[in-house]
Amino acid sequence: MNKTLAPPRPDEHTHTRPRGTVAWRSKGERLSFLLRPRTLIVCLVLALVSVVALVVSVTVGDYEIPLSAVPGALMGYGERLDVFFVQGVRLPRALTAIGVGAALGVAGAVFQSLSRNALGSPDIIGFTSGAATGAVFAILVLGASRLVVSLGAVAGGLITAAVVYLLAMKNGVQGYRLVLVGIGVSAMLASVRDYLLTRAELTDALGAQIWMIGSLNGRGWGEVAAVWIGFALLAPVLFAVGQRLRFMELGEDAAQGLGVNTRSTQVIALAAASALTGAAIAVAGPIGFVALAAPQLARRLTRTGGTTLIGAALMGATLLVLADLVAMRALAPTQLPVGVVTAVIGGSYLIWLLYTEWRGGRA
Amino acid sequence: MALRAPTPTRPTLTRRVIRPIGLIVALAALAVCMLLSVTVGAKPIPAADVWAALTAYNGGYDHDVIRTLRLPRTIIGVFVGAALGMAGALMQALTRNPLAEPGILGINSGAAAAVVIAVFLFGLSGAGLVWPAFVGAAVAAIAVYALGSRGRASATPVRLALAGTALAAVLQGLIYGVIVLNDFVFDRIRFWQVGSLTGRDLDLFWQVAPFLVAGIVLTLALGPSLNAIALGDDLAATLGARIPLIRAGTAVAVILLCGAATAAAGPIWFVGLIIPHAARVITGPDQRWMLPYSAVLGAILLTASDTVGRVILPGSELEVGIITAFVGAPLFIALVRSRKMAQL
Repeated sequence: MNKTLAPPRPDEHTHTRPRGTVAWRSKGERLSFLLRPRTLIVCLVLALVSVVALVVSVTVGDYEIPLSAVPGALMGYGERLDVFFVQGVRLPRALTAIGVGAALGVAGAVFQSLSRNALGSPDIIGFTSGAATGAVFAILVLGASRLVVSLGAVAGGLITAAVVYLLAMKNGVQGYRLVLVGIGVSAMLASVRDYLLTRAELTDALGAQIWMIGSLNGRGWGEVAAVWIGFALLAPVLFAVGQRLRFMELGEDAAQGLGVNTRSTQVIALAAASALTGAAIAVAGPIGFVALAAPQLARRLTRTGGTTLIGAALMGATLLVLADLVAMRALAPTQLPVGVVTAVIGGSYLIWLLYTEWRGGRA
Repeated sequence: MALRAPTPTRPTLTRRVIRPIGLIVALAALAVCMLLSVTVGAKPIPAADVWAALTAYNGGYDHDVIRTLRLPRTIIGVFVGAALGMAGALMQALTRNPLAEPGILGINSGAAAAVVIAVFLFGLSGAGLVWPAFVGAAVAAIAVYALGSRGRASATPVRLALAGTALAAVLQGLIYGVIVLNDFVFDRIRFWQVGSLTGRDLDLFWQVAPFLVAGIVLTLALGPSLNAIALGDDLAATLGARIPLIRAGTAVAVILLCGAATAAAGPIWFVGLIIPHAARVITGPDQRWMLPYSAVLGAILLTASDTVGRVILPGSELEVGIITAFVGAPLFIALVRSRKMAQL
């Protein structure tokens, strides 16, 4: 941002650092940045929790695998069933959960930042609804394979996001208008889905419904590759515009005053976040509320004012891998789609969030 | 509530002439829609036969169709449309929010969750779902209003919408859970949630009629008080309006109207949202006129949509809920675009 400004002398400006931060400088001050120990600790804890959840979800199940057998099974040694479950079933499923959760967390943080609204998530601006409609169309009308269903979902989501964006545009895109137009478009798409669901055979319709809830059942290495590659390509783009997004949370005029090209930042961020959501949905279906809840939870845990993309990614990964553990084991041997668990937990969290915020008089 | 109405602005002469004439025209249009609804369908029946079926019932096939299928369906459509239109107008007046609508405020998902539970636990179906839907809608509406009106400020538009979204999320999760575990429930709910007037009979109408009538009477009685509330809480209180009582009365009316309408026809999107705006264009902001207009226009939209749905696809029916969403959503978006959403 401020290439032209001379770096401030450390002794002059130490007292202007935001509270709770520590300045880190390399020798000769070639590199320096502010660290918030609390943010760092929260991120580390979240990473640790998700790794523990990963290990747990590899070991537990109707066929239990002792922890001591896991390293061997990973290498391909030990009992053949152990190797099969660890390598073929449970590890890819947990890794998919982590990748999808991280993708949804980052995308949700970007949508919330752009709309300056705690409810701005791909669910609400209609992206998810479009993806679901695309997939339901592919399942029920085209009778398509899983790959085509995924492509239909991505196409439906991107088209819907573009339509909502264009309809919300009027002297720029204002956050709330985006949300409300999204609600309107989502309602139309929902009635299309209702129509398709009532005209299909029961088993097909139930398959489409379960896809719409979002599930990680039976996800393998192909899905792991898809979501992790998508994340590796798109998340860096979003991390790169993260600082500009944070300026834009101050308001568009203020951001422009700070030299941010708001229109291009908005378009880049919306496109990359939509594509990232698309990757997640293509793999696991439109799992609700991770994108909504993860950024808000991360923000409250780190006690930062703005949106932290990395925190949101770790929070999303942790949430989803834990939710999937619950979905797998809560009614075992019946496996719930993970979307059931995230909707109940995410929705309750949202109610609590509104309850506490409004009690404080903030709107 | 005995407050004598301070009308927000003195109506212009043309408006004073237009209002009564317009209401007569709208009622005439509704009569035409009802006649079409009774005569049009897979088997067209001439209007003369309709009259004969009512006055000189001969037990023939056509007369049976009229008396057991088309007439109940038309009557229910009129009442459901009127109830949704009025409930939307009440919501918008209560929250001073042009975007308030029963569906957005969580009533539909409350009713849906209750219907799912009723099917899952007690195996209810058809007319048995009326009561669970009614109770679910009422509970959800109360919860959303309570959550949305917490804090110092009164229930603002956005708060109510967000509270409705949050509650709908939890309920949706519960519905999903049950659906996944039990495909019988899914089979019922997928047809219920579209919103339809197909196969509704007079028995069902008589079950919900007391609530609808009570809601409509209460709503019409509330008109003058709502005019006072429109001036703002402080000014209304100065004029002697008992605001908590008016608010509670309005909430009760909304629950009676929406609960009964959703129970009878399932969740129908957007009638409650767009009809009050159409009514306001004709009547101006005076609630004493706007509420009856909303009722008549809502009834027209629903019966007309239902009739269109019967004939638009050869050989099958399109549910009324699907048609109203396709009419309603574009209007909603146009509204969002045309208004300055300063306070949102």
